[in-house]
Amino acid sequence: MSARATRRATGEPLWLRALLMVIGLGFLLLFLGVPLLAVFVEAFAAGWPAYRDALSDGETRSAIALTVLIALVVLPFNVVFGVAAAWAIAKFDFRGKSLLITLIDLPFAVSPVVVGLVFLLLFGAQGLFGPWLAAHEIKVVFALPAMILVTLFITCPFIARELIPLMQVQGKDEEEAALSLGAGAWQMFFRVTLPNIKWGLLYGVILANARAMGEFGAVSVVSGHIRGETNTLPLHVEILYNEYNAVGAFAAASVLALLALVTLAAKTIVEWRMRHETQRLTASDLPPEKG
Amino acid sequence: MPMLQKFILFVAGVAAAWFAVGAQADGNGLLNVSYDVARDFYKDYNPLFQKHWQATAGQKVEIRQSHAGSSKQVRAVADGLDADVVTMNQASDVDFLAEKGLVARDYARRFPNNASPYTSTMVLIVRKGNPKALKDWNDLIKPGVQVILPHPKNTGNGRYSYLAAWGYALRQPGGNERSAQEFVGRLLKNAPLFAAGGRDATTTFMQRRIGDVLLSFESEAELIAREFGKGEFEIVYPSLSILTEFPVAIVDKVVDKKGTRKLAQAYLDYLWSPAGQENAAENYLRPRDAALLKKYASQFPPIRTFTVDEVFGGWSKAFPTHFKDGGTFDQLYQLK
Repeated sequence: MSARATRRATGEPLWLRALLMVIGLGFLLLFLGVPLLAVFVEAFAAGWPAYRDALSDGETRSAIALTVLIALVVLPFNVVFGVAAAWAIAKFDFRGKSLLITLIDLPFAVSPVVVGLVFLLLFGAQGLFGPWLAAHEIKVVFALPAMILVTLFITCPFIARELIPLMQVQGKDEEEAALSLGAGAWQMFFRVTLPNIKWGLLYGVILANARAMGEFGAVSVVSGHIRGETNTLPLHVEILYNEYNAVGAFAAASVLALLALVTLAAKTIVEWRMRHETQRLTASDLPPEKG
Repeated sequence: MPMLQKFILFVAGVAAAWFAVGAQADGNGLLNVSYDVARDFYKDYNPLFQKHWQATAGQKVEIRQSHAGSSKQVRAVADGLDADVVTMNQASDVDFLAEKGLVARDYARRFPNNASPYTSTMVLIVRKGNPKALKDWNDLIKPGVQVILPHPKNTGNGRYSYLAAWGYALRQPGGNERSAQEFVGRLLKNAPLFAAGGRDATTTFMQRRIGDVLLSFESEAELIAREFGKGEFEIVYPSLSILTEFPVAIVDKVVDKKGTRKLAQAYLDYLWSPAGQENAAENYLRPRDAALLKKYASQFPPIRTFTVDEVFGGWSKAFPTHFKDGGTFDQLYQLK
C-alpha cells in the first residue's frame, strides 16, 4: 500500500474501518477459508494411510501427470501469443485493433461448456472435420489434442490481458532508443522489452497456469473420461465423488487446493515485485508529489 | 538456449511419465464406456475376464474404462469416443446409439435376458428406525412426507423412480393412466427439490439431512452404507417395484474398424458366466442366475417387480410419453 492510500484511510472513523475489516475478513473466512479447510478435513477423514493410498492410486497419479502435462504444453503457446498480441496492441496503431482486443476477451465471455461443445462440433465424429479426421485415423476429441486445444482457448487471454496495460504505460520510447543505438530486433526484445515486462508476464503465466490446471467444463466435454488416460485432476475428483469414494475425491481435491495455494503464494510474491518495479518507474518518471 | 532445452526435456519427461502411468493406448485392447457407479463392478470383473481370456485364447488383453453419467457417455460415443462396448443403466441410452447407427437395432436380443446381465430395483431408503413408518409407495404421497429423488426428466435414477411409482399406482385396484398420473403428481408435490443426480440425492438426504425418504437403486444402497455407515438408514422394500435393467451392447461401428468384434463378444458373453454372475451378486446387483440369487438370498429379499417393457411397452414408448418436452412429467410439473 502506498503512503498516500494509508493517509487517506486514517481519515475514516475507527469504527467504520473495524466494521469494513470484519465484513471483508469474515466473508473471506466463511467463503474461502472454511471450504478450503473442509477439503483437507474430508481428505484426512479416514486417516493418513487412507489419504496416502488414495494418492498413490495409479489413476489418480496419471490424472495429476496429465494435468501437469497439459499446463506445460499450453503455457509456452500462451506466452508467445500473449506477448505478440500485447505488443501489437500496445505499440502499434492499426485497423481492427479494437476487434482484436474484443477477440482476446472472447474466452472470458463464453461459458467453458460451450467451448467444449464447439470443439465437438468441429472435430467430433458428427462434426465438421470429423469424417475427414476419422478417415485419416487422426484422433482429436476424446484424446489429448482436444484437451490441449480447449485449455489453450480458455487460457489465452490471461497473459495478453496482463501485458497490454503494462506495455501501454511503458510506451515505446525505450525500444526506439535501443533501435536508434543500433540494437537488432531480437536484441531489443531480450535486452529492453522483456526485462520491462517480466513480472507482468510471470503474473500472467501464473494466472493462466491456475486456470489451465483447474479447468473443468470445457475439458469434461472433450475428455471421454477414460481412466488413467484422459482424466484430468478436476474430472477425476468429480468421478470419484460420484462413485461414493469421498476420501479419494477429497484427496485428489487437496492436491488441486495445494496447487492453488502455491499459485497464491507465487502470485503474492510477483505482485510485490511488480509494485516495487512500478513504484521505481513512477518515482523516476514523475515529479515528486507535494503533501 | 540451455533453458529452452531443459524445458523441452522436462515436458518430454512428464509426457513419458503420463504414458508410463496411464494405460498404453490401442493395441489389443477394449474400451468399455459405462455409467458412473459401475466402476466397482468392472474393477472386479475386468481381471476375471482377463484371466479367462488368457486361459482360453492365450492372449493378454488390456481393458480401459470410462465412467460418467450414462446419457453423457452415449453422447460421447456418438461424437467419436471409440467404445468397443457400452454397458449402461438404461435402455434408452443404448437406443440412442442404435438410432445413430452405431449399435445394432436388435441389440437387446443379441444377448440373453434383454441384454442385461444383472438387474436391480428401486427401493425406499428411510432414516434409522423409520420414524414416519413408511412401508410402501402410497405412504410417500401422504401430506408432510418429504421425498428425495433425482430429477425425473434427465437422470436414470429419477426416471426409474418416476416409472416405479407410476407402475405401482397403475397396478392398484381400479388403477388407470389417470389415477397413476395423479398419484405420481402427489408424490412429486412431496419432493422439496430434484437432485441433479443419484449422488446429489444421496448427499441431500444423508449429509444435509433433508427429507424422510430417498428413492434409490437397491445396489446403490450398499455404496451409501459404505460411505455413511450401515446403521444410519434402513432399506424398505415396497410391495411392488420396477425391475431396473442394465443393457450391454457391442458398438458395431467401432469393433469392425478396430477388428475387436470377437474379443468384445467374449467380454460381454462372460458377464453371464458363473464368475461374472457371482461378481454381480458380490457388488449387490441381482444376478440373472436363479441358483446364485438363492445363494445370496439374505442380500436380495424377494420383491414383486414389473419391467418397463411389461407396463410401459419399452423405453422407446416410455421415454417420449413421460420425459420428452410436454410429456406427463412436464404436465405434472406445471401443476406443481
